[in-house]
Amino acid sequence: MPNTTACVLLALVSLSSCGLAAADTQTLVIGYLEFGDDPRYRETFLESRYPAQPWGRPFEGAQLASKESRFAAMTASAEFKLERRSAISVEGLMQAYEDLHAEGARFFILDLPGPMASALAAETKTRNSLLFNISALDDELRQSKCQSHLMHVAPSRVMLTDALAQFLVFKKWRDLLVLKGSQPGDEEYYESFRRSARRFGLKIEESRDFVLGRDPRERDQNNIALLTAGVDYDVVYVVDSQSEFARDVPYQVQKPRPVVGAAGLVSDWWHWAWERHGAPQVNKRFFKLANRLMTGYDWAAWLAVKVIAEAALRTKSSNSQVLIEYIRGDEFKMDGSKGYPLDFRKWNNQLRQPVFLTSFNWVVERAPLRGFLHQTNNLDTLGFDERENRCKF
Amino acid sequence: MNTRLLSPILILLFVCAERPAYAKGTGYVFVSSEKDHVVTVFRSGSMDEVKKIPTGQRPRSLRFSPDYTKLYVACGDDDSIDVIDVEKLEVVKSIPVGDDPDRFDISPDGRFIYASNEDEGLLTIYDIVNDKLVAEIPVGEEPEGVLASPDNKRIYVASEVANMVHVIDAQSHELTANIVVGTRPRRFALTPNDQELWVTNEVGGTVTIIDTQSNRVIGEVRFEPKGFRPEEVTPVGIVITRDGQRAYVTLGHANHVATVDVASRQVQDYVLVGRRAWGAALSDDENTLYVVNGKSDDLSVIDTRRKKVIRSVPAGRVPHDVVVDN
Repeated sequence: MPNTTACVLLALVSLSSCGLAAADTQTLVIGYLEFGDDPRYRETFLESRYPAQPWGRPFEGAQLASKESRFAAMTASAEFKLERRSAISVEGLMQAYEDLHAEGARFFILDLPGPMASALAAETKTRNSLLFNISALDDELRQSKCQSHLMHVAPSRVMLTDALAQFLVFKKWRDLLVLKGSQPGDEEYYESFRRSARRFGLKIEESRDFVLGRDPRERDQNNIALLTAGVDYDVVYVVDSQSEFARDVPYQVQKPRPVVGAAGLVSDWWHWAWERHGAPQVNKRFFKLANRLMTGYDWAAWLAVKVIAEAALRTKSSNSQVLIEYIRGDEFKMDGSKGYPLDFRKWNNQLRQPVFLTSFNWVVERAPLRGFLHQTNNLDTLGFDERENRCKF
Repeated sequence: MNTRLLSPILILLFVCAERPAYAKGTGYVFVSSEKDHVVTVFRSGSMDEVKKIPTGQRPRSLRFSPDYTKLYVACGDDDSIDVIDVEKLEVVKSIPVGDDPDRFDISPDGRFIYASNEDEGLLTIYDIVNDKLVAEIPVGEEPEGVLASPDNKRIYVASEVANMVHVIDAQSHELTANIVVGTRPRRFALTPNDQELWVTNEVGGTVTIIDTQSNRVIGEVRFEPKGFRPEEVTPVGIVITRDGQRAYVTLGHANHVATVDVASRQVQDYVLVGRRAWGAALSDDENTLYVVNGKSDDLSVIDTRRKKVIRSVPAGRVPHDVVVDN
């Protein structure tokens, strides 16, 4: 009998000390804003299962993380509530932002194309909120168009092109034939890639513009065999932000050379086949919830919620200003099942993270690759380093 | 303890040496390898391979029954814990313990398996004697390390996602405390006096020390092996010597094992091993430390007095855990 009493007492003490019996649970609202007409989520595009492109709306990633955050929330005497809003204009999105802000939301996950994310951030500068960009890869959002309260969980395009450049240097496949499209985004992608090529010492033997189509009068530009003939190179680098042309390149090239870029070996920031760091478990949980494989976009939505959860766990607070300060502070470090501690670059709010080099069903390498060193953090060999920074908050 | 030390001598004196496979004190070293679904048995000393024991899919954690007659193997992809008869060196039984069992412990009385189900975020309690599932306790996602206190009162479970150590009452099965530790906690060791629980934090790169009476964090150990970046230091495996003086911590991608003075919590030495060092086990005399290296597919044999690797032995594809039948 005395034993039982002691047991109960001990249990009570530990319950209160760890917050299990907390009386006042605060609801922490996380706004999730998406563009209703987003071309990246058109059904036919999603069904094509292009590498490093979305395979569905990433909302389930955020849902999964919200579910996984219950112990962190408990520590902060809070519960997380995800509020999803969709709109087809910046005005509509701003209205959703205002409504949720009035409900107390200070954290917003943005699944928006770059220009919309930028516009929304510009209008919400002074509102004491923190925005998480989970799908816009635009370099300029991290450079000239950066915003102090816009955090980038998705990598920038240069992080992806730097990762692939490291791989090519590592393999000594330095001479490149570039096939480049003319769709929106292709020129920007090409610029990111050119910067990476300069940075890591790759040589662009020739750059050729392709056209998607079968018109025989344009065969110089739509026939892959012709496009890849008449010049010597180690690899074909395809710049194609839409991925449709690229998928045909690997086995239609004139020479037996590897294809990289938008097909073949592709940079991605998550992959369903990654076997380490607990990734298989994350992938399984996501599959169970969403009934499809997890992509980088889903990972970014998942991670954005986990950033908030990590802050709640460490500060034991549900006060949004305390959490925001912690996320932006020096102590912040978290796990993202990619093997490095993750945090945000102070100079442009970009999440430091490894990048995978993927084939269709395998992760071939993880960048930064061995031998690519940085004076402070090897992850800063990917993307805009402090000395290249043009972001001013 | 006395019986365990005496039995090999008794065998030698009275039974004669013709029964090397006697269940106790064979000195055999057992290594699980995730990708070829076997537990490999080595003869300690010579490190000759005695046998490859086929198991279920993806064998990882290894634990002996308290009397060392059985070796339990968690086979994640078969959702089971296989039981190896240590005398026969073969699997004699397979226990269903729910989805993807990862780490587990056996209760000190040998009656229960406490297993973490990596996919489900559960701790499963299985009654070995009555062959039935007793409880499934929800914990944080990706539960990893499981440890039963020697008095069989508490079960500790580390959740890699929640960054917490859960304390579960072994009798009532209630969650009695959640202790926030470093990033991605993996495995445990208790000091012999049961006062301190040491927890490795893989991504945090540290060991968190918890006072078991108050369930409070009372210390932290950091590691700085030469030539490695902080992010490469990923501690996973941990063993503490019987006298409670030293802890050996495997540092994962930093390819070293650290020796830590338990009282001062200071790192004394780093020993270079293979790539991605995880599981670790000590020989009975504690003069040999075995460490498995998941990315170089081998087992490092360390002389703990000379602080040197004296052998490196191939140990299957992705060796995960090592135990010694002392």
